[in-house]
Amino acid sequence: MNLVDKKPNLLNIFFLESKTETTRLLRTPGFSIPTLLFPIMFYTFFGIVFSMNPATMPTYLMITYAVFGVIGPALFSFGVGIAIERGQGWFDLKEVSPMPASAYIVSRITLTFFFSAAIIILLFLIGAIFGEVRLFRWQWVSLAAIFVFGSLPFCAIGMTLGLYLKASSAPATVNLIYLPMGFLSGLWLPINFLPEVMQQFANLLPPYHLAQLALKITDMDLGFPVFLHLSVLAAYTLIFVFLAVKAYHKKDKK
Amino acid sequence: MSQTEQTIASIRNLNKSFADNKVLTDINLELNQSEVLSILGPNGAGKTTLINTLLGRLSMDSGEVSLFGYQPGSLAVKRQTGAMLQVSSLPDMSTVKEHIELFQSYYADPMSYDQVMAFSGLKEIENQYSKTLSGGQKQRLLFALAICGSPKLLFLDEPTVGMDISARKSLWKAIETLKEKGTSILLTTHYLEEADQLSDRVVMLSKGKIVREGTPSEIKSQINTKRIRFRSDADIALLAGLKTAERTSQVNGNNDYFEIETSNAELTIKEIFEQQIPMTDLTIVGAALEDAFEIINNQQSTESASE
Repeated sequence: MNLVDKKPNLLNIFFLESKTETTRLLRTPGFSIPTLLFPIMFYTFFGIVFSMNPATMPTYLMITYAVFGVIGPALFSFGVGIAIERGQGWFDLKEVSPMPASAYIVSRITLTFFFSAAIIILLFLIGAIFGEVRLFRWQWVSLAAIFVFGSLPFCAIGMTLGLYLKASSAPATVNLIYLPMGFLSGLWLPINFLPEVMQQFANLLPPYHLAQLALKITDMDLGFPVFLHLSVLAAYTLIFVFLAVKAYHKKDKK
Repeated sequence: MSQTEQTIASIRNLNKSFADNKVLTDINLELNQSEVLSILGPNGAGKTTLINTLLGRLSMDSGEVSLFGYQPGSLAVKRQTGAMLQVSSLPDMSTVKEHIELFQSYYADPMSYDQVMAFSGLKEIENQYSKTLSGGQKQRLLFALAICGSPKLLFLDEPTVGMDISARKSLWKAIETLKEKGTSILLTTHYLEEADQLSDRVVMLSKGKIVREGTPSEIKSQINTKRIRFRSDADIALLAGLKTAERTSQVNGNNDYFEIETSNAELTIKEIFEQQIPMTDLTIVGAALEDAFEIINNQQSTESASE
């Protein structure tokens, strides 16, 4: 029997899938409020109200909390989102439907970008208005671009977590990765405030490298070469994409 | 039309085991165009495993499965297929309409939205979030998602679980209409009535093997067992000696209650009266599907033992 292999409009699927996913999470206060509020709150607290050095600290911490902020939606929308949908059996239904797997990924990346953009705009506004952060226009634009695209390695990490974790343990596990990793990468306090051993250890953590990349724009980084940071981030992305693809294509799961 | 053109799905000598546990043994099955095929069986019989294999979600130990001439799970097949699986809950904060419109976009030539509403009866709640749906409404939404692409092949895994009678009846009507329009439907169910009403052919699965296959009336004639239950102080040996009694047992915890399974209740009762066995509190009930399976399984194992 020959199938008339008419194909649906892929762009339309990407658009609808992204729209459905984003509106769904905007309507879910349990996701949208902590995702937007945590980085804003921490930055206002440590970067502005209790700033130790009003000349540099508001700028430095605006950058590191933006990194902290964009990692959140990436890890949670992929990691927790996929784990929960797998637990419901909803992921299985999507998997047997003719939805292209790319649509699932594109929609969650879109959603991550959307929330990242909101966090970045809010942090920039608070920094500029209350922290008197003064940067050139090219610096603002470059930072925003680094933050938005810098969330991609964390999308890959989240995707792998979502495909391996159980629905019940996913939120706690993702938090246990997210929060300590943020602190140890020098996102909450400048990295040179941490003991030497911890600074060494930070080299293994992807948020550290993303933060260093962004801090280069304002000359506040530790001075390591750009390609080092990019390579580590690329390596993390590749490894976790590989693990995710492996988990996705594994048959007989559960 | 030649044989191959009519056959939508075919399974040849399919074997599947999980670890050392054999779940499907030598399954041979064909699904034809415009046919409703029901797979019946108790829990653990392998129904869901069979469906998941057809959907390409499970590997096979041996055998061949082909849908529209393609491998199960390939995108070309998925675009002609709709599936209703057992889903515990849907993403909370999307509306019924949003869910359906999204699934429609996956297909090149989907069913019109109004038509989906007519089949599923969801029009009044199209703007509700899926979080607020009752169990039956959720099932209807899952049905809507399965049919919204106008699939040529439809998988329905326990479609009416949690539905009330009227919802169940309207779903049956939808299935009949889809069938008339040429859709092939593979259905698993616990309800004998449902299989009876809808199917052209029924396959009974037990412990991973096909034990019976035929039209609903053929199957029913094989499982028309009745259960006679009464109170008596008679000896069980006497009761077990009745010619038409297929299985006699004492009801657990109630030593003077007996149960006799028989495919000819009238004759058995006549025998009991002829033997002048005293009885009170007599009831005769049709065996449930589960019991019927047990009986067929017993026949099955004695048959294979005597081979």
